[in-house]
Amino acid sequence: MKRYDAIVIGAGHNGLTNAAYLAKAGLDVLVVERNPYIGGATVSRELHEGWLYSNCSYVCSLLRPEITRDLELPRHGLQVVPYGGGVTFMENGDYFASFEDHEAQLREIARHSVRDANAYERYHTDVTKQTRLIRPFLLRTPPDPTSFKPRDIKELLFLAKAFYHLGEETLNDTFRFWTMSIGDYLNEYFETDVLKAALAGSGIIGTALGVYSPGSAYVLLHHYMGDVDGTVGAWGFARGGMGAVSGALAKAFQSYGGEIKVAAEVSRIVVKNGRTTGVALANGDEYHSDIVVSNLDPRRTFTVIMDESDLPADIVTKAKNFKIRGSSGKLNIALDGLPTFTGLDPNSRLMIGDMHFSDSLENMERAYDDWKNGTWSKKPYLDMVIPTQTDPTMAPPGKHMMSVFVQYAPPKLATGEWTDADRDAFGKTVLDTIGNHSPDFKDLILHVEVRTPQDIENEVGLTEGNIFQGELTFDQLLFNRPFPGYAQYRGPVQGLYLCGSGTHPGGGVMSAPGANAAREIFLDLKRDNLVPEAYADD
Amino acid sequence: MIAHDERRVIETPFHSRVQAACALNEWEEWKGYTTVTAFTDVALEYFAIRNSCGIFDLTPMIKYRITGPDAGAYLSRLVTRNISKQSSGQVMYCCWCNDAGQVLDDGTLFKFDDNTYRICSQERHMDWFGASAMGFNVQIEDETDQVAALAFQGPTSCAVLKQMGFQDIENLKPYRFTSFPFDGQELMISRTGFTGDLGYELWCDPEQAETLWDALMEAGRNYGIRPFGAAALGMARIEAGFIQAGVDFMPALDVVRSERCRSPYEIGLGWLVHLKKPNFNGRKALIAEKEKGSRYRFVKLIVEGNKPAEHAFVYNRRNQAIGTVTTAGWSPTTKSNLAFASLEMPWGLEDDELFVEIYYIRELKWTRVMERCHVVKDAFFDPERRHATPAWDF
Repeated sequence: MKRYDAIVIGAGHNGLTNAAYLAKAGLDVLVVERNPYIGGATVSRELHEGWLYSNCSYVCSLLRPEITRDLELPRHGLQVVPYGGGVTFMENGDYFASFEDHEAQLREIARHSVRDANAYERYHTDVTKQTRLIRPFLLRTPPDPTSFKPRDIKELLFLAKAFYHLGEETLNDTFRFWTMSIGDYLNEYFETDVLKAALAGSGIIGTALGVYSPGSAYVLLHHYMGDVDGTVGAWGFARGGMGAVSGALAKAFQSYGGEIKVAAEVSRIVVKNGRTTGVALANGDEYHSDIVVSNLDPRRTFTVIMDESDLPADIVTKAKNFKIRGSSGKLNIALDGLPTFTGLDPNSRLMIGDMHFSDSLENMERAYDDWKNGTWSKKPYLDMVIPTQTDPTMAPPGKHMMSVFVQYAPPKLATGEWTDADRDAFGKTVLDTIGNHSPDFKDLILHVEVRTPQDIENEVGLTEGNIFQGELTFDQLLFNRPFPGYAQYRGPVQGLYLCGSGTHPGGGVMSAPGANAAREIFLDLKRDNLVPEAYADD
Repeated sequence: MIAHDERRVIETPFHSRVQAACALNEWEEWKGYTTVTAFTDVALEYFAIRNSCGIFDLTPMIKYRITGPDAGAYLSRLVTRNISKQSSGQVMYCCWCNDAGQVLDDGTLFKFDDNTYRICSQERHMDWFGASAMGFNVQIEDETDQVAALAFQGPTSCAVLKQMGFQDIENLKPYRFTSFPFDGQELMISRTGFTGDLGYELWCDPEQAETLWDALMEAGRNYGIRPFGAAALGMARIEAGFIQAGVDFMPALDVVRSERCRSPYEIGLGWLVHLKKPNFNGRKALIAEKEKGSRYRFVKLIVEGNKPAEHAFVYNRRNQAIGTVTTAGWSPTTKSNLAFASLEMPWGLEDDELFVEIYYIRELKWTRVMERCHVVKDAFFDPERRHATPAWDF
């Protein structure tokens, strides 16, 4: 069979990003994808005739602007439209509005508490300090703190310099921020339940942590560090759904001469004499290459498509111990019209933003308790959007697509594996939650896709359906991601690389891991680096 | 349904009158309120301040009411200035710092009585004020939207107030305030302002706002009264040498790059710091700075030539960039070109040879000039009528 310069396993956004950079450098690159479609968890799928669902990831902010521009993604069809704020519906019939605009936000908070409105300015400054600390590291390879190689020492000095510039007080805050719970963090600023609940959502989305679990404050930062057109923290809709992101990446890759094979499931990464020689497909085909890059999560890479005997024992143990816990599900809904919400003006710009239905930290923690008990949350945290209000491409005129991210849902129930009846009951819980605040919602439903963590694992390949390819806790971040000693994208056998969200800087549709891995491959091949540096901000 | 207001900016209680007077329809946002940039003609508005009198809607200014038996002790801990001698009816200009001795804001402190104060500022501070109040028996209330306020400034302002029947107003000293019955309620008048001229600030219930505006305009008819907007105020405040938060220094609360904060010494407010006061926020850090020296010096500059030095770099004679201009503009009263600048130490002594780099455009062609500038110590303009008591009629 044909020999390639590099083979990338998985056509998720990071695999495609990695492949695009390698191909741009003139390498002969093949991407193999198990599913009959590309994108991994960055897809738009027509599961109801005439409707496109962003049926996994659903909004865009973290995608590195340096990469978007460098790979000419706009020319290949990517447009990201910011959606502004959102609402958190309250049980008492009121709602709390989130506005992008600072003054409007302060007045909304002041409606609940003047003190909190003032504290919000301090909160905003403090969180901005933390996002500014982390953003320059997104397109850098983490240093190995135990290494004395000049490059690692240089990177450690870069890190030390960034810490030094924070000043003493902010540095102290940083160490706390990276390890504390979002609930504790918000309690240090605010007194209003619904404000805290509205902000805390970003601390738990995609993670199997509760609002009072240590480490959840960092997860909030992870959701704040992106931007849309320079507005840090803003989120937007990709026109045509998230498939537009992977579609543009694939087109960029193909424009550099890259080749994609779909419905091509890798059964084994072939290793001979301690180095990779290619991949073997489930259908018996083999492709050869000295470089094999896995976009799969570390657990799946090392324990499913590799032979344990090809690997050092510690890696297998670390992969098995890697925290990658399923915590969320997803509903994608085709609607016959735009639903209305109790208390919310149908013409409000808030309709375009994200909607939430948890109005206190306590409710959110109880939702997490259900997960721990092996069941889906009875009062789930929802992150719900209706992108078809601004995107004319995803549903017929006047019809709408609703994307509902649901937290929490366990990968396995206390009663055993998910059954069809469980899935239906889980879906009903979510629809009822929305229906409580939207009298006409249920009557508008034409089709619902309900996805449990198990479905997500089965379809996308993310272990346990964990959307970040591994928890974003400090033991698994920066030079610890995925494991200490393996954070520089190189696998334990020569020629093997990781490029998925299981590597630094982690999950979300960011493309940074894929690009960073490409930079390391260029280094090993002694080629010029093509991966851009982050835009400076000072 | 619970009422929600999704507007970004809202109107002040004077809006109906302000809107009617705003012939240019030129507006700007100030702390979430719709305010006027210019009403009719910036030059006319400016000269109303310096030649007759003008009114300016001050409502968006942040106002807190501090009450309780510990109010004085609390405020003494909050601000850097020694306020122990402040008497009832007196206003003191103050600044306040965080624990690192970096300025959060400057503002005016009004003492009603031992248990009642008002503090007015550019920025919001409930969070910091609340944190500093722990252990003190005080209540802090944001009364920004409960008090309508007008600045009434200019040489004929006292004459107009007399015309309105506010007896003995001419004997109100600078930085003092008093109250008069007005429209069945109480109108508070302070001899304060941001223009460096004879002038007053009038504080009333929002319900009375329109009545007050109308009464002033009526009484001022023969005294050259004219509403003025932010543009004219900006010209006057430079001449007066008044700094502005967010323009001439960054309020420490908003700063994300730690070295961008400034101490009072670094923005020309060292005279407001009384280190001998037993305890106040930032004292330890300010004592250390006093010993170690400051990083920056704030200077007032007279720039040669007539091109405004906005955002210009400041250079020393060796052509090293040693600072930046924070505010600049032409002064119609002193007929000179003025600027404020933040310079790195040790630059900015009175005899330093300094230059500003000015870019200006004429018909799409940019020109760069290096203009000599001179450090001056005092306010650019400080007329006798500002201080005279009894106040002059013009």
